[in-house]
Amino acid sequence: MDLRFTDEERAFRQEVRDWIDANLPADTRERMAAGRTPTKQMQVDWQKKLNAKGWCVPHWPGEWGGQKDWSAIKRFILLEELQGTPAPIPLGFNCNMLGPVLIAFGTEEQKKFFLPKLANLDLWFCQGFSEPGAGSDLASLKTRAVREGDHYIVNGQKTWTTLAQYADWIFLLVRTNPEAAKQQEGISFLLVDMKTPGITVRPIITIDGAHEVNEVFFDDVKVPVANLVGTEHRGWDCAKFLLSNERTGQARVGASKDRIRRLKLIAQNAPGGERPMIEDARFRERLVEVEVQLKALEMTTMRVLADENRQLSERKPNPASSVLKIRGTEIQQAISDLYVMAAGPYGMVGADPDGDRWNEPELAPEWATLAQPTYFNWRKQSIYGGSNEIQKNIMAKAFLGL
Amino acid sequence: MDFDLSEDQRLLQDSLTKLLADKYKFEDRKRFMKSATGWSQEMWEAYADLGLFGLPFAEEDGGFGAGPVEVMLMAEAMGGAITLEPWLATVVMGGGFIRHGASAAQRAAMVPEIAAGKLKLAFGYTEPQSRHDLHDVATTAKQDGAGWVLEGRKGVVLHGDVADQIVVTARIGGARRDKSGIGVFLVPANAKGVSRRGYPTTDGLRGAEITLDRVSLPAEALLGDAGNGLALVDRVVDETMAALAGEAVGAMDALHKLTLDYLRTRKQFGRPIGSFQSLQHRAAEMMVSLEEARSMAMLAAMMAGETDAVERRRQMSAVKVQIGRSGKFLGQSAIQLHGGIAMTMEYLGGHYFKRITTIDTMFGDADHHLSQLMAMGGLNQAA
Repeated sequence: MDLRFTDEERAFRQEVRDWIDANLPADTRERMAAGRTPTKQMQVDWQKKLNAKGWCVPHWPGEWGGQKDWSAIKRFILLEELQGTPAPIPLGFNCNMLGPVLIAFGTEEQKKFFLPKLANLDLWFCQGFSEPGAGSDLASLKTRAVREGDHYIVNGQKTWTTLAQYADWIFLLVRTNPEAAKQQEGISFLLVDMKTPGITVRPIITIDGAHEVNEVFFDDVKVPVANLVGTEHRGWDCAKFLLSNERTGQARVGASKDRIRRLKLIAQNAPGGERPMIEDARFRERLVEVEVQLKALEMTTMRVLADENRQLSERKPNPASSVLKIRGTEIQQAISDLYVMAAGPYGMVGADPDGDRWNEPELAPEWATLAQPTYFNWRKQSIYGGSNEIQKNIMAKAFLGL
Repeated sequence: MDFDLSEDQRLLQDSLTKLLADKYKFEDRKRFMKSATGWSQEMWEAYADLGLFGLPFAEEDGGFGAGPVEVMLMAEAMGGAITLEPWLATVVMGGGFIRHGASAAQRAAMVPEIAAGKLKLAFGYTEPQSRHDLHDVATTAKQDGAGWVLEGRKGVVLHGDVADQIVVTARIGGARRDKSGIGVFLVPANAKGVSRRGYPTTDGLRGAEITLDRVSLPAEALLGDAGNGLALVDRVVDETMAALAGEAVGAMDALHKLTLDYLRTRKQFGRPIGSFQSLQHRAAEMMVSLEEARSMAMLAAMMAGETDAVERRRQMSAVKVQIGRSGKFLGQSAIQLHGGIAMTMEYLGGHYFKRITTIDTMFGDADHHLSQLMAMGGLNQAA
């Protein structure tokens, strides 16, 4: 057992850092450093650069652009450096969700057509899983696909569809057999072009004022049968596979470290009564508590990575991986709360999502205006991707024998 | 980065775990606790036969040249059985001072004795006024010719009642709370002027109050640097906290398993109580706490040998915070999920809870180390 990074791993970290410094456009860097999400164009441009470098989908098989000689630790170092800069990370829908599903379940034609476009972000995919009536109980979904000749006719509604307004395509769970004995057995996995007639995207504005998620309506949408992934009625296998992939990214250790480092700098200057905020005892105590939790999360991530490095046949389900989602999200939420505390009254000014104040002097530092919106927005983290309560249900069954 | 155990490490873990599973059942432990010393001489010899006591010592001194990972594995297994024998006091605490502070001649004389289980050590660092501050030393050491005379009192000395030699801190110069001027001395328990009063501690182990009344010691009783004993103390205490983290994880893991067994078998309202979601979620949260503690015990093993003392203590404080927080949550939850049965001396669970609690107290509880970390500016640099 040796838990230190090797010289080679350290050298790779430096290589990544130098490459990001040399290649990340200044406007992208500034926007992300302030705590905002990249624009669509920033995401696309950056992902193309990463892909050209061979760093976009290192976890894919070599024939599809992966780096078969990379260890899980090397992949983690790349991700941590991207998150820690911060720079945009490869679009999760494309690279971590759909890509691996196609590699495992797709036809040769599907792989050849889609995989290069997913990696290069020539096509932006969004995820059509949740429905108004199917949240934590995802398998109860009702969006219907009826086969007519060489097409499916899709009718129904998806919701919480992140960045559907940017998306060229959507991967969709639909019900193809309502009569199946178990509701999991009548679901199929389809790829749908968002330009197909009958699709309507309606924005959902979240409590931070941002347009990030959408409702997507399907009204007699014709989807070629060639766009079915895997076996008809066995789409739940794809969904389960997708949800179990690459958990180590969920912990977002690199991003949280970056947020803490920035917060410490901010708090050295932010007013905290007689002294700067960093000297406020309660603020410091809460900050250091989070730092300790983050260290434990980082070490837990390393343990899970070491597991991912083993051959699949030697892998056992690792209880440490359940920690990543639960604590990873709690820590990010706690950090966002500390930004709110640091911002104080000027945190109430809020961000300017519609650009109404573009021509006026700044009301407050950008970090302070973003503090409350980010805190509001990040409540989502313990809800999406299987709420933390669902994670505990899974743990009780999978690891605790209850 | 490599989390796999070597063949030797796996063998060590397996043989000790098997020994304890056979010979250290709850009924055995109760019997050992009731004996005159409060622990088992027979088990002590069995540990020595397994080679545990020589583990961290250099091979040229008569040890096995193992490192913090082996100590962690030993401690974890010991925690799983909440053993009562003075292995921590002798091998990790006392032994740490011998490794880092004793002369080659002293090591040559003592290490084979420790490895054979013939020499027991203890470390006296607490004083009535000191709380968790290792530098708060009122005990004095005055030069007397080539030797020293010690005067003072050491309290809550783990296994100080049976140790053959006791390592103590004593002030050579400066004021009571100065960080310089502290010496570390090796005191034979049978030296003239040493008196000790042993007692059981809340976790079933043993402690002692040790009075030093004009104890005369030869020059070589001073371990390490005369004026800078605190650096030596910090080093050994950091190694001990790493071992304690391992022990705590062993105890927490065992207590979690015990709780899960109970949830599966105890029936109320006509069904196993583990079928109730509120209890399932608490059990899942216990597992999160346990895995966090396990991760931090590994960090402790990784950092125990770090030569940068400031960075080492920074990480160890973080470890101690997490071990304390995890232990408290997991221990309290275990009792709560069991209900009344875990409140009784007759049930194993409460005994784990008590040891987990004293591990938090030893060398500063979670809140103490949180304060230390705050004073050091936390774990991450502002940027």
